[in-house]
Amino acid sequence: MEELLGEFIAETRETLEPLAGEIVAWESDPSDRARLDSIFRFVHTVKGSCGFLDLPRLEKLSHAAESALAEVRTGDRTPDRKLVNAVLAIIDRIGEYVEALAAGETYPEGGDDALILALEDNEIVAPEPTPAAVAQQQSAPRAPARSIRLPVELLDRMMAGVSDMVLARNELSRRLRERGGDAIVDTAFERLSACVAEMRESITRTRMQRIDGLFSALPRMVRDLSAELHKQVHLIIDGGDVELDREMIEMIRDPLTHIVRNSIDHGIEGAADRAATGKPAIGTLRVDARQSGNQILIEIADDGRGIDDEKLLAKALAAGLVTRERAPRMDRQERLELIFAAGLSTAQAVTAISGRGVGMDVVRANVERIGGTVEIDTNLGRGTRLTLRVPMTLTIIPALTFAVGAELFAIPRGAVDEIVRSYGGSVEVETVGSAPVARIRGERVPVVDLAKLLGVPSHVPAGRSILVVVRASSGERYALSVDSVQDHEELVVKPAAPAIMATGVYAGTTLPDNGRPMLLIDPAGVAQVAGVRAPDAAIPARAEAEEARVETVPTLLFRACDHAVRAIRLSLVERIEDVAASAIARVGGRLRLSHDGRILPLFGCDAAMPDKDGRVRVLLLGDGTTEIAHAIGEVIDIHALAPDFLPAVEPGPIAGVMLVGEIQVELVDCFWLFGQAGVAALPPGRPLCVLDGSDPWMRDILRPIVEQAGYRVGWNGEGDEAAAVAILSVDKAPAAPLPAASVIRLRATADETAASAGSIYRYDRHGLIAALAAAQGRR
Amino acid sequence: MDDLKLIARIAGQEVALSADAVESVVEIDAITPVPLAATHIAGLAALRSRVLTIVDTYAALDLGRSPRDGVIQAIVVTIDNHLYGLMVDEVVDVAAIIGDPQPLHVGLARGWAGAALGLVEHQDRALLLLDPARIVAGPLAAAA
Repeated sequence: MEELLGEFIAETRETLEPLAGEIVAWESDPSDRARLDSIFRFVHTVKGSCGFLDLPRLEKLSHAAESALAEVRTGDRTPDRKLVNAVLAIIDRIGEYVEALAAGETYPEGGDDALILALEDNEIVAPEPTPAAVAQQQSAPRAPARSIRLPVELLDRMMAGVSDMVLARNELSRRLRERGGDAIVDTAFERLSACVAEMRESITRTRMQRIDGLFSALPRMVRDLSAELHKQVHLIIDGGDVELDREMIEMIRDPLTHIVRNSIDHGIEGAADRAATGKPAIGTLRVDARQSGNQILIEIADDGRGIDDEKLLAKALAAGLVTRERAPRMDRQERLELIFAAGLSTAQAVTAISGRGVGMDVVRANVERIGGTVEIDTNLGRGTRLTLRVPMTLTIIPALTFAVGAELFAIPRGAVDEIVRSYGGSVEVETVGSAPVARIRGERVPVVDLAKLLGVPSHVPAGRSILVVVRASSGERYALSVDSVQDHEELVVKPAAPAIMATGVYAGTTLPDNGRPMLLIDPAGVAQVAGVRAPDAAIPARAEAEEARVETVPTLLFRACDHAVRAIRLSLVERIEDVAASAIARVGGRLRLSHDGRILPLFGCDAAMPDKDGRVRVLLLGDGTTEIAHAIGEVIDIHALAPDFLPAVEPGPIAGVMLVGEIQVELVDCFWLFGQAGVAALPPGRPLCVLDGSDPWMRDILRPIVEQAGYRVGWNGEGDEAAAVAILSVDKAPAAPLPAASVIRLRATADETAASAGSIYRYDRHGLIAALAAAQGRR
Repeated sequence: MDDLKLIARIAGQEVALSADAVESVVEIDAITPVPLAATHIAGLAALRSRVLTIVDTYAALDLGRSPRDGVIQAIVVTIDNHLYGLMVDEVVDVAAIIGDPQPLHVGLARGWAGAALGLVEHQDRALLLLDPARIVAGPLAAAA
């Protein structure tokens, strides 16, 4: 509030000064429309600010003057000497009042009514200014102005000037180095450099502003809106001290306002509805800002009813925004993104606050115009979170520069975790399917070949690249394969032209010291374009490697076609899709799905049971070689669950039963399904590998690897066929001895200890496959 | 009304651009390519401390690619607060051309038609008046 008041005082003082001239001019010619307009604007602005700042006396005065002037503007009243005098008296009073505010004094009571009365269109003679006002005028010691207002263009010009200066300094530095040492010149140059650097920093700071200024208007807005809608909303604001470019703050003001309005209007339910669903009567709206690399993240989260993506799709279909053909191919996120489509409103009824179908599309357009993004995340019945990511442009960010082909690129230093050589001892790059994956100290990280992604020729032979391990602000962690790393530099990043931002992989442009423009890579954009997924779903091995004690496997819970709740290991789920029921047919003795030109065996139901739109939801499962489909009713959730489960009585589509919360859930046995699919049936000639069947990790995670390596898997204690190889864990002694020609021992920790000498780390896939291959060769 | 027009040659044709849109004319020696960008984005170049997005006008007008040998002349324009350099064969002249552009009655190739605002007359010749913003928007936007 303090800050706003200060701003109000500065602004009013500033407008009053030129206004003095206008008033005099208006006095001499009351019919001058332009003068009248500027005086009207002044009192109008003052009135608006006063309402917000809770200054009732000023508000009353300015309101009276505004009404009188409005009558003049509409021609209902002709300005006469008396009116001009009265308006002038009020403007004087506003000035005195503001000075009193600035000095922190209380302006003497009284006299206002007389001034207002003088405005009335009647014959009452206006009283002379009260003595109090006169006294104030004479005594008010005007506090010296502590701040000035500058046009942003001037700051921009200063910034450009300083950048030019830095370039000139660098040029000079190069020349000096070529000439060779002269200690006196060098010292003088050092001083110059320090001055330039300091100046650059302070000018950058002049453009930065705390986001507080943007957030301070929210409490009032939330209060008014919730009162109007008869809802109770608790607003939590966090991160107001985050700084960003002041122009950027202006650009996100409208989008933020709109999102907050939407949340209260559509998101948060009325108290009765909330109580009915077991939520606290008071809704919570959380607005949170934080810095992440060169981006500012602003999150607006409510605990309201969430957004129903199916409903959204239905609306979009009805509005003709999505074609019938496209609709079934859209995944959940794509359906949610429809909220940003122009002309789509999810509100049941159009309200005065929002819901006219203009809004979210404008929000996204505005945010994208400044190089930002809007993301939406919602949980039906539990709330919605919108994340605005905006760049902190015109700031100097530390960056790492690297070469790909003939070009240099930069990446924000904050996003870089580590830099490794792809051919170093501790790193190996293997190919999984078509995608390269690097193993760095036992951790698997997807590799994005930047040269390939950008379509530029790489200058180093395959396998000799440098891996820059980055963590994108959206959570993905991956290794960027580049030719060579150049330098750490401080770069001034500016937004790139829309045509360049449209590629999605750049965060902006920068002009490094060599004077050749360079592109700044956006780690999150590259992840998206390259299709790298966030680690929680993509690489379960990592989470387990870090917390060896609490092992969990990401598991998808779904409601099956027979309405039972079942679970499936997420690592095997490639996609969730809605397919047309007509694509499912009983052919060749079983249900099959025709999908994308392939025929996949379909499990999970006895006959296609389409929903009202004639569609069936299926999980597409793959083990790398075989693909099968599994019909489901609906997806419930994804849980990280312990690998343990109670095995089923006999082998079948259900591997066993596990406990999720309080509910018994059947775990689908994907390997049995793959086996049934016929394609994955193992030829009998394969050597046998015996595993400890009592160890769920071995059953669930190790088995596919062993089978891929060309073995049949058997369990210890079943049958007495001599096995070619046995795999046992160092830490967990098997229940029964494993008779085998050779034994592979696995340890749970990455570090080799004396007790586990000669063993292989259990997530060292490469080492394990090599050992299995060696055992096969020895036979 | 400002009647000054910049006359430049693109693909052998003399064309006019309204001079108030033009900030300056520069010579570019090095262009940093922008992989994955639309074809008419030739790359980036530095204009003192500022970065110019260089537009390949040939590509923007659906005429193939601009020649890239020797020193390249570019017309600097500001559109939506971004600075662009439009590659031209040569800047010929700056001239005051009186009168509003005449509507086009000739059938133009799609690329030219997308960027043209009309015809203006200069020294008894008809010149196409091009809109820099439409050139910057590129061939796709112009065709839409």
